[in-house]
Amino acid sequence: MTTMDQALERTYPKPSINMETEAYWAAAKAGKLVLKKCNACGKTHFYPRAICPLCTSSDTAWYDASGKGVIYSYSVMRRGATPYAIAYVTLDEGVTMMTNIVDCDFDSLAIGQAVEVTFRATEGDQVLPVFRPI
Amino acid sequence: MSRTSKAYIAGIYEHPTRKAIDKTIPQLHMESAIGAVQDAGLTMADVDGYFCAGDAAGLGGLSMAEYMGLDVRYTDSTETGGSSYVIHVGHAMNAIAMGKCSVALITLAGRPRAEGVATLGTRDYGNSLPDLGFEAPYRPVVTNQYAMAAMRHMHEFGTTSEQLAWVKVAASHHAQHNEHALLRDVVTVEDVVNSPIITDPLHRLDCCVITDGGGALVVVSPEVAKTLGDRCAKILGHGEAIKHLNAGQVDLTYTGAVKSGPIAFDEAGLTPADIDYVSIYDSFTITVVETLEDLGFCEKGQGGKFVSDGNLISGVGKLPFNTDGGGLCNNHPNNRGGITKVIEAVRQVRGEAHPKVQVPDCTIALAHGTGGSIATRMGSSTVILGRNDA
Repeated sequence: MTTMDQALERTYPKPSINMETEAYWAAAKAGKLVLKKCNACGKTHFYPRAICPLCTSSDTAWYDASGKGVIYSYSVMRRGATPYAIAYVTLDEGVTMMTNIVDCDFDSLAIGQAVEVTFRATEGDQVLPVFRPI
Repeated sequence: MSRTSKAYIAGIYEHPTRKAIDKTIPQLHMESAIGAVQDAGLTMADVDGYFCAGDAAGLGGLSMAEYMGLDVRYTDSTETGGSSYVIHVGHAMNAIAMGKCSVALITLAGRPRAEGVATLGTRDYGNSLPDLGFEAPYRPVVTNQYAMAAMRHMHEFGTTSEQLAWVKVAASHHAQHNEHALLRDVVTVEDVVNSPIITDPLHRLDCCVITDGGGALVVVSPEVAKTLGDRCAKILGHGEAIKHLNAGQVDLTYTGAVKSGPIAFDEAGLTPADIDYVSIYDSFTITVVETLEDLGFCEKGQGGKFVSDGNLISGVGKLPFNTDGGGLCNNHPNNRGGITKVIEAVRQVRGEAHPKVQVPDCTIALAHGTGGSIATRMGSSTVILGRNDA
């Protein structure tokens, strides 16, 4: 069994933040996962942009996500000092995002598994959304 | 029959080094260039078009053209990672068809082993690379991205590690005959699945080699080809595509080959059944399985079954592939394997592959490149080549 040990969890680098995405990262600091929806076409896109990539409207707005989803795919990196699980999680809102799965037994992860958002501090005093099994 | 072709590949060169301790990157570019130009029966002074990608130091082709003493009237530095050079073949053909150049040189070189870097990182775009903040903190490296594609393919279609292993087994059977190949030992399915897991479900032997080196291609007009004899390979069809994460609608079970393949086949007026030999970009075993499905060599989801039981081994299976040993065993210069895919396809239609792996009467060959990452954004390119009398 390869269980994630908080003490051995890797250090998260500071995410790259720019004018288009600073609200996403501010929300993460407040313990919330937010998404960007287009008011013109009604669709959510990921990663969040100022201009909707699906219809080109600039009328896009942030909203609070449920923070719930399922694992679309994953892989546990076995090389290196600290194993970690990278994954794509399909959110209830219909978009799929890259993430890490934490607080789990790496050997029992599965595609389709239900997960919820949680947060990890990063270098540079930022906060990163990650997911854990429910 | 004799098919028409807007351009020919007249010269090829695969640098023999796999670790270039004592050579610079520009030097490797130029050694490769000279090799390909000589192979074509031309000189560097004949080159009037130059194509390179991000491995060439400097702004586009400016520094390399100066270093190599080129005098060109056409240049293209399209960058799509390892598939760049397959795309360059099509762009050279287009430029030649438009009369913009008549002898196009394409070069690649790098020395990741000598420089002690595993795989190339991204260039520093500051915070303007839009995907960076949403991926880099989760530590995606090349291996665990392709692993996620393999994991999903296994989940949806029942593909197994043993099936993926057959891709490596076939490559190793070919590499044993290549004196320049980095890995020449024949391996078994058991060897692959018993090699250490790197990142689930990929084992060490599911992953390609890291090598220094380079390669070059010379693409010429039909008029120039006529003066060079029957070693010129016809370019019959070419396609390219970008596949990305599609605003969050992610599907890791297919590649950009679903678009680039049909474009190339349509242009050539051919189907997968017409192909005698394939060079398929093999960064990982899963890359080959998904690409073969996407190019139409088998149904989606049946790639694992298709590659099994030696079906990719020359002289054994239905579809001989990567007879140089591919990126899995022979060479993956600078983590960019597109150019070596084209080089071995040209060897096959010339009848100049190693006799132990040469496909008898090889008339039509396909080379496919995948650049970037199968799990995020990739540049895909397919080229179909014909023997000089095809």
